[in-house]
Amino acid sequence: MMMHKQLKYWTLALLFSLLPLCLQAAELVSKQSFGAENEIVLTFAAAIDKNTAKNRASYKVFEESDPDILLEVKEAVVSQNGLQVSLLFTEPLNMAKSHVVSLRGEDGKELASLLVKKPYIGYLLSILISALLVNNFVFTKYLGLCVFFGTSKRKTTAKGMGVVFTIVMVASAIMSWFFYQFILIPYNLNFLQIVVFIGLVSLTVQAVDTVLRKVNPVLFNSFGVYLVLVIANCVIIAVPLIMASNNYNIIETFMLALGAGGGFLLALYLMSSVRERLDLANIPPTFKGLPIAFIVAGQFAMAFLGFSGLQLF
Amino acid sequence: MANDKTSMQLISRGILSENPIFKLALSMCPAVGISTTVMNGFMLGIAVLFVQVFSSVTISLFKNKIHPRIRIPSYTLTIATWVTVIDLALAAYMPEAYAKMGIFVKLIVAFAIITMRLEMFACKESVKDSFWDGLGMGLGFLVGMMVIGLVRELLGSGTILGYDILGFKPLLFFILPSAGFFVVGLMMAFFNWIEIAYKRAKGLK
Repeated sequence: MMMHKQLKYWTLALLFSLLPLCLQAAELVSKQSFGAENEIVLTFAAAIDKNTAKNRASYKVFEESDPDILLEVKEAVVSQNGLQVSLLFTEPLNMAKSHVVSLRGEDGKELASLLVKKPYIGYLLSILISALLVNNFVFTKYLGLCVFFGTSKRKTTAKGMGVVFTIVMVASAIMSWFFYQFILIPYNLNFLQIVVFIGLVSLTVQAVDTVLRKVNPVLFNSFGVYLVLVIANCVIIAVPLIMASNNYNIIETFMLALGAGGGFLLALYLMSSVRERLDLANIPPTFKGLPIAFIVAGQFAMAFLGFSGLQLF
Repeated sequence: MANDKTSMQLISRGILSENPIFKLALSMCPAVGISTTVMNGFMLGIAVLFVQVFSSVTISLFKNKIHPRIRIPSYTLTIATWVTVIDLALAAYMPEAYAKMGIFVKLIVAFAIITMRLEMFACKESVKDSFWDGLGMGLGFLVGMMVIGLVRELLGSGTILGYDILGFKPLLFFILPSAGFFVVGLMMAFFNWIEIAYKRAKGLK
């Protein structure tokens, strides 16, 4: 009788001690992340059957938003200890999107299904860096060239212009986001995008003008001249349009606007530094003024090509 | 202020003596950005021509009704309306060409050249003259875009309008985006050179 009771306890204890193991089995993969541009790295909690891990047919990978389009796995490389598998794809992955990886055993049963995505803060920073350097609005997207060539003759002007642009861009992008999300989308007024966004930009410029005039007259005297130029400019209106086409949320929109403004400031400053030196140089008369400025800008654009493919996060 | 120029003079002024791209140096963004082929230049040129003509006519029609203090916002809204029209029309009827031009069709709304023509011409002149002026400026833009596209397409991929002309690709560099700056810069220098040579020849006479 006594013996029986003890056996019962022992079984229970055994069951309980096995429980964590079962949970562990459910979490077969302990860590998943993006590797190089066409790579996903999976780290397993325990060594996994090598044949399954090596077989590329046992993985099914797709972008979360497009479950119908399967991404082709070129090769699955298993590390020495059998704990890590890196999946190599034939085409580079779009790391901005989250990917679903599902792992099947030999018998076709699903062993694990997991979501691979970038850390959100890294994603935000990548939007910022992308707008600032990789897709610099002036040198790789060719926007705002009129103002760019018009106001990059002196460093002080260039700095002032860049700062005003950044402020207006951030303010108008955030306002446009609210209008887009809460008025244009719910009422199906998407075709009014252009009219609404250009109106909002003009409004923001007018508001910045009025506020600056009252709050800081000194600053207004040095910046006020540029504000008029800001209205009819493609850089400013491009930010809300990109926001709408990518369906960014508010933080992403802020990052985009900040990156775009910062990129414009950077481009203006670089250009004005060169043009101050150009004034002293001996330039053939046919190239004086705009032609030489265009050629310098072309060289900058080539230099900025070097940033393409940059991924810090 | 009456306008004493004939319709032909208004058109030729837009194309030659006041060409928006090479002479006024306005609306450079598309000239650099998407002028990689003649076709791209032509499509965007047509879009700009449409917006320019219709905005000029609209503003000219309503010039007596618009209060001077709100004229800039009313120009902007007029342009934005016509841009929306061409944007939706292109997206519906020519989706491939529209995809190539990307965001630039929507950005016509911010082209300085259109606002400038409204401010300098359409708000003072008759509807008929505004029409010809808009047509001239639009055609000038169209021609400028196509010339840049011609140079870049011929030198970059050896073709014109997709037809193989040279049979080889001379300089791949010219279809790279950054070449747009070089081509526009060199063409401006070329026009300056002609002008300087012309003046010198005249002066010697």
